[in-house]
Amino acid sequence: MSQSLKPYLTAVRHSLTAAVSLEDFASQVAERHNDPEIESQRTPEVLLNPMVISRNENEKVLIESSINSVRVSIKIKQSDEIEHILVHKFTRFLTGRAEQFFILRRAPIAGYDLSFLITNLHTDQLMKAKLVDFIIEFMEDVDKEISEMKLFLNARARFVAEAYLTPFD
Amino acid sequence: MMGSSPAVFKFKSVVNDHIFFGPDNSRLAVTQEKEIQIYEVLPNNNKKLLTVLTGHDEPITAIDISAQGLIASASQDRNAIVWKPLDASFSSFKKDLVLLRINRSATCVKWSPLGNKFAVGSGAKVISVCYHEPENDWWISKHLKKPFKSTILSVAWHPNNVLLSCGTADYKCYVLSGYVKGVDEKPPATLWGSKLPFNTICGEFISSPGGWVHDVAFSPSGDVLGFVSNDSTITIVYPKGEEQFNVVSSKTNYGSFKTLEFISDNQLITAGHNCFPVIFQGDEESWEEARSIDTTATSQKPKTFKSLEQDDDEEGNTGSNALSMFRQLDLKGKVQNKGSSDLPTVHQNTVTTLKFFDQSHISTSGVDGKVVVFPI
Repeated sequence: MSQSLKPYLTAVRHSLTAAVSLEDFASQVAERHNDPEIESQRTPEVLLNPMVISRNENEKVLIESSINSVRVSIKIKQSDEIEHILVHKFTRFLTGRAEQFFILRRAPIAGYDLSFLITNLHTDQLMKAKLVDFIIEFMEDVDKEISEMKLFLNARARFVAEAYLTPFD
Repeated sequence: MMGSSPAVFKFKSVVNDHIFFGPDNSRLAVTQEKEIQIYEVLPNNNKKLLTVLTGHDEPITAIDISAQGLIASASQDRNAIVWKPLDASFSSFKKDLVLLRINRSATCVKWSPLGNKFAVGSGAKVISVCYHEPENDWWISKHLKKPFKSTILSVAWHPNNVLLSCGTADYKCYVLSGYVKGVDEKPPATLWGSKLPFNTICGEFISSPGGWVHDVAFSPSGDVLGFVSNDSTITIVYPKGEEQFNVVSSKTNYGSFKTLEFISDNQLITAGHNCFPVIFQGDEESWEEARSIDTTATSQKPKTFKSLEQDDDEEGNTGSNALSMFRQLDLKGKVQNKGSSDLPTVHQNTVTTLKFFDQSHISTSGVDGKVVVFPI
């Protein structure tokens, strides 16, 4: 199973590196506006075809790019009910603090758990390679974190059940 | 003045555009957000701030200098300003607002070779060809608006001072006439066309995969046109007369290029998201990469997707401990460049502009806030 993680992340890395080639682009629709074209969707010619990279039906990444912004949406692995709850809590924690995370979008795209919005302002201030590294690292770590939380939760549940059932032993 | 190693000038934020000018190219103007800063270049890559030109109230997108020493700047506030130096030391300037008559951001500005007019591309899907009217002492403009369906991203003048080329966000590159009656002499016939009234469209080109055209340039002779687009290609157009063209597209392994200049009909320099300038050379058959100008970058070969994967495998196989290899794969999916530090190039981020400094040097500026003078 894990063997497939490497080509998956490699594919995401290369696609992201290509997509994060952004430049400043003032709106040609609204006067004196300069908004992320991928969010406003008002100028069709500056949007590129969206791309989905998926490892399996539960894990995929959607990359939507445009001339001045890229939206990266991640669906985190959720194989059972517990993981579903954990992922929900985890992403809620993150999106609730989206301002501190700089490139995190407050609400994810429908069908995904977490979305990043990278604009030309971000690529101006941050190094492109580091930005891509961050997202890839995040994707690695989030799986690890969720499975760790799940293990911890199971261990705790066992402990609680044991403690509760001891008197009836 | 400039030596054989790259001279680096560092600024605190993104440099959108830059120009070297003045006697012996000893003055440097850079645009930082809403202001233009004029520096005096001192020995040992030092610089001294002479003055700051303010007048735009949105970020400045481009700046250019004419043969006569007038500076034109374009900004997202829909205006262009012509700055005229008032003294020989370039410490004070007279500001003239140009009547562009556009209602979207101005994206690029280029003086014509003779310096009697300049072109401003804009998000309003027009190019304003601006010229000075001595009667009222103001800069007025004529609009080239016919074929454009999207934002103009770049403009370039033909050496004959009449034809100009532009790249747009709808993947197209055009060559058209910017002949202004009363300002220009009747131009001699070129391979692009013989009768050239204002707004004559001489050609429309597209690179084979298609992408936003980031920059266009004519060769010094004017008989070759090149443009770089977001599909990482360089496209070269050879006019054959009577609206016949030979178009050569060259794919590269780099990220897309943002800017290009011709050295001769057979050589051009380009740079962009690869973060260092590269020389390409070729003829009507094909164009190939010749060499990189940034010597620090040459040690690192451009990697294709395949070669990267091979590198990965090799590294994995040489790992002595099979268990740790599997663990790494399992936990992390092993990502190369982990903890990577700075890039091996002089520029640490996208190069956005590239200009000729003199015969044997080019100057580049980029998102990393550096202006660098490279020997060719």
